[in-house]
Amino acid sequence: MKSEYQISASCIIFGGTISKNGETLLSSAEGIDAFLTAAYHHLGCNYPKFYKMDNLSKLGWLAAEVLLKDSLDGTQYPPFEVGVVLANANSSLDADMRYIESIKEFASPALFVYTLPNIVIGEICIRHKFKGENLFFIQPEFDAAAMVTQVDYLLHEQKLKACVCGWVDVLGADYKAALFLVEQGTEGIAFNAENMNRLFTAI
Amino acid sequence: MKDVFVIGDNLLTSLGATTAKNFEQLKNGASGVKVYNDASISTQTFAASMFPADAYADNQQYTKFEQLLIASISDALNNTGIDPKSADTILILSSTKGNITLLQDGDYSAPTLKRASLHHSAALVKAHFGFVHQPLFISSACISGLSAILTGARLISAGRYKNAVIAGADLVSRFVVTGFQSFQALSAAQCRPFDRDRTGINLGEGAATVILSAESLSADDIKVAGGSLSDDANHISGPSRTGEELGTAIKQALLEAVLQPGDIDMISAHGTATIFNDEMEASAINYAGLADVPLNSLKGYYGHTLGAAGLVEAVVSMQSIQQGVIIPTPGFSNLGTKAVNVARQLLYQPVNRVLKTASGFGGCNAALIFTKQ
Repeated sequence: MKSEYQISASCIIFGGTISKNGETLLSSAEGIDAFLTAAYHHLGCNYPKFYKMDNLSKLGWLAAEVLLKDSLDGTQYPPFEVGVVLANANSSLDADMRYIESIKEFASPALFVYTLPNIVIGEICIRHKFKGENLFFIQPEFDAAAMVTQVDYLLHEQKLKACVCGWVDVLGADYKAALFLVEQGTEGIAFNAENMNRLFTAI
Repeated sequence: MKDVFVIGDNLLTSLGATTAKNFEQLKNGASGVKVYNDASISTQTFAASMFPADAYADNQQYTKFEQLLIASISDALNNTGIDPKSADTILILSSTKGNITLLQDGDYSAPTLKRASLHHSAALVKAHFGFVHQPLFISSACISGLSAILTGARLISAGRYKNAVIAGADLVSRFVVTGFQSFQALSAAQCRPFDRDRTGINLGEGAATVILSAESLSADDIKVAGGSLSDDANHISGPSRTGEELGTAIKQALLEAVLQPGDIDMISAHGTATIFNDEMEASAINYAGLADVPLNSLKGYYGHTLGAAGLVEAVVSMQSIQQGVIIPTPGFSNLGTKAVNVARQLLYQPVNRVLKTASGFGGCNAALIFTKQ
């Protein structure tokens, strides 16, 4: 299906590499915990709440920072007209395991709150003041066509003017984020499953 | 939104295995919430709505979670004439924690993690019925069920499918009970939504299904008239201070349904009986101009069934429309929030249009409107 919308920016974080619009910003050989912290410093972020997040939220939050920097002017759209639609394969299993371990000693509310996959949407919304439609899908693997269907509807029916969408998945040492900014415009590439898949697999 | 009709449904809870049985129990004032002292779940006393311990026990083929989904979908499909194997039908599932009990004893091996993954359960349910398309699985905290209904309605409205089978389930487990206890959010007795003396939620387990179609089967079929989702962008575990975000979702849903606040006959609230949720919800309802509309919370009957809650409460709301009766709010005596019109006894009156709301961790909010044809 042809879309009237554009992917105006993209960010991929995978295997120690962060790229924006196909350009590598950081390459690292560190494991996930050290890598996420190194990325935070490398990008010059100042957001102390980052340290409280679980790895899924850290990964999604970082990907959104990279995606939106210089690509979305915070005043461009009203808060209710920007939404977030994400998907992954492993839900919040990474945080679930950490929380289960905590029950043995002391059930930790700080860990429990991250045992829902859509918390990463909440973290991105808080950071960027997005108040529009939001959905979190669980899929065995990235389903670009299903994502296009959902986001196209939200834009076409004028529920949203812009949407941050894509994939944020963490399980143990494995992680991948692929976020796309989709809006109406002339800059960027056509918003379709083929282009999303091409960007998704570029790293 | 183009017309989308509810042509089948099911409720599978501790109060019964069909919608009819559940609604009869609610009209009789029965509650599924009981007080438990069960060290295998928590060292503290808790109140919850649960199936008997041996009901739907995990077997070789399907876990309890999957059995609930399958049983609920099977019953809902009866008399709809829908063939799950038809290419114009999509399966949409919702849950927060699915098979989390498989991990709670610390087995994190790769096969167990795979068995516990939500998409694995989706694949098993898909295969059981023979659905053609890859199912959608929504996990958006406590708005999962309403998000699933809205997503299905939109896919039909956009002409992508003719029918959508939408089912949700969640279980009461050590994981969720200790988690909500760690937040000091669980009441040890039956919960008291919107009451001055409310002390927190009860959890519950169950499944529910709605079957949506572009074509109605009878003049009694309910319509999904509008819906909207929003996010507070305020705090991941505490609701909005103003209720403006849920309130905006309600206004957007009314707009889509081409209705005014005065057209709504009943609100089925989220009403978790926590201090903050109920106050936020009352603020949102005032913000949207619906403070006078009779409102209930069903959490005192079913507990909070998490990823199934939106579906469970939507199905009960549809019965209120079809039978012209508003179910009261157990546990409620004295209003403890901004002004809202909490139903305290059975109200026999015409119910033509219902607003259903929900909010959850991550700051997410949902508002849906169901109407008579």
